[in-house]
Amino acid sequence: MRKIIVLTAALLAFPAAAQSPAGGDTGGGITRVPKPVTGEQVYGAVCQACHMPDAKGATGAGTIPALASNPKLAGAAYPIMVVTGGKGAMPGFVGILSNAQMAEAITYVRTHFGNAYAKPVTEADVAKIAKPPSAGGH
Amino acid sequence: MDSGVRAPTRRQLLSAIAKVGGTAALYQAMTTLGHAAETQFHGPPNLQGARPGSTVIVLGAGLAGMLAAFELTKAGYKVKILEFQNRAGGRNWSLRGGDTYTELGGATQNVAFSQGNYLNPGPWRIPHHHRTLLHYCKQFGVALEPFIQFNHSGWVHSSQAFGGKPVRFNTAAADFEGNIAELLAKSVNAKALDDTVTQEDRDKLLEALKGWGMLDNDYKYSASLRAASHRGFERPGGGGVNGAPIPSKDLYGLHDVLDPQVWTSMGFFMNHEMQTTMFQPVGGMDMIGKAFAKQVEGMVTYGAKVSKIAQDDKGVTVSFTDVATGKASDLKGDWCVCTIPLGILGQLDLQVTDEMMAAIKAVPYSGQVKIGLEMKRRFWEEDDFIYGGHSFTDQEIALISYPNNNMFKDGPAVLLGAFARDMGAYRLAGMTPDQRIEAALAQGSVLHPTSYRKEFASGASVAWSRVPWTLGCCARWSDEARKEHYQTLVGMDRRIVLAGEHASYIGCWMEGALLSSIDAITRLHKRALEA
Repeated sequence: MRKIIVLTAALLAFPAAAQSPAGGDTGGGITRVPKPVTGEQVYGAVCQACHMPDAKGATGAGTIPALASNPKLAGAAYPIMVVTGGKGAMPGFVGILSNAQMAEAITYVRTHFGNAYAKPVTEADVAKIAKPPSAGGH
Repeated sequence: MDSGVRAPTRRQLLSAIAKVGGTAALYQAMTTLGHAAETQFHGPPNLQGARPGSTVIVLGAGLAGMLAAFELTKAGYKVKILEFQNRAGGRNWSLRGGDTYTELGGATQNVAFSQGNYLNPGPWRIPHHHRTLLHYCKQFGVALEPFIQFNHSGWVHSSQAFGGKPVRFNTAAADFEGNIAELLAKSVNAKALDDTVTQEDRDKLLEALKGWGMLDNDYKYSASLRAASHRGFERPGGGGVNGAPIPSKDLYGLHDVLDPQVWTSMGFFMNHEMQTTMFQPVGGMDMIGKAFAKQVEGMVTYGAKVSKIAQDDKGVTVSFTDVATGKASDLKGDWCVCTIPLGILGQLDLQVTDEMMAAIKAVPYSGQVKIGLEMKRRFWEEDDFIYGGHSFTDQEIALISYPNNNMFKDGPAVLLGAFARDMGAYRLAGMTPDQRIEAALAQGSVLHPTSYRKEFASGASVAWSRVPWTLGCCARWSDEARKEHYQTLVGMDRRIVLAGEHASYIGCWMEGALLSSIDAITRLHKRALEA
């Protein structure tokens, strides 16, 4: 718990405002959410919403794939492609996260959860693959 | 007026047009008469004359699937529905005391709300122009009550304006409008608009700014009874000796009211979908799902996890396993209406065209989070005079929404303690259910500092990214994906047609699911008759 409080205080310095998208039933107003910086922070603030804190994913009517011990992460291009462009129900994060945030998160996942692909993914690596975001909401 | 010939009423006229020209002509006529442009609903599909013995498999017992089953059965088809959950309704859902909910990842919540209280994790409000849904609610006997969408007394909270303190919506809105009006009046009087606005219109504009922005005779937005009548009083008018009202004095300045939280909160209510009047079912949103389920009783196989949808010239075969026993089965039919959310559908073994498969995989889902908090008393009513409606905050929870029923009652009530989206939703979804409640209490306490924690009794949360049977809340089409894939997605793929909010332009609303369903089965029926 103490760790969470310290983390939140550190993150509050970089709030990012997000306006509600057009269309759909939404809350209204804007939200300013602390901006995660390190790979661990980005994973905790974004990725684990679906992939779970242990990165093992989960299965119901469909499956959220495990990132833990996942050989598909051996090459950096595949995770960069998925994180920037999305895959199936997973949205692409271009325009939502910065290239640096995505690079940090991918590096973090590739070096944790039973993955040992030591070479860091850089902001430039992400920039090479990321397509500009498309407009629209629903 | 009375010429001896009785002119038809508008209703009689429209009814005659419908009989002669069908619903399309009716729609045309209604549009011409100026009162139908709010919906594409032209009445139930009234399909008739299915070939004897024709069968349809419907996948998913949400509203789209159940409506398809209901209308196709009326048309003469034999319909069977496969549903993954042990409950009909899909995202039309309410959680009540005694309910248990296990999300992906395994966290289980035992909902402890008092009798009669509920959280609607999915849909929770119905616009007055969602005519399809309102039509079937009436037909199936679902009682509706007003949903209090717009409450001038709700709080607007920005961490970066008004000293981080919540202010009343009416105060923030009044001061925004007052400041803008003053600024514009200043431009007019400084002749800055002389080139673009005629003298006559400048005079009218100044009059409007004074009236709309509550400006004084010098076109200033200043502390006055006029301004107070919009933003609130320091002492409102009363009776007797001290009856005279005292206007509020400390008007907020331009810098504060230009914080985007103010105008986005105001702008929220301008959206067509968010305009009053809105409705909710009496007793919880799932009253709608339950009423639909009654219409398709006996057709639904629950706990059926679909793994494969195959088709050939003769029919469709759906392979599924019983979630409880693991027993595998095949179900054969002539046609299939598939309402499975796209994120799940894209993971199945589907015999559809490559283009259809690409379309199914092209649409990401949003992941809203809702948190219901039961409070021991209605402090928002008793202490803050807030009866229904919303308070907006720029924190992760995004809003607090107050119950629209049982006002003035003693005893516990459930408020919506979060309707998070985007980054706020990811953060809350990534937490354990207990952590979510703690976050909702901490953030809600900023708006209701004295009572929020003190009156809290129990809570429940649904993070849609972890809902086992949807893997998300709603389809989020980008303009690009719409252009490339939408027509393929809604087109018939031989014997299979998709339906649901994802196959509509009213995404994330029950209305979109129903209109999509009507369109899908109308085309399916036509194709079946042609085959």
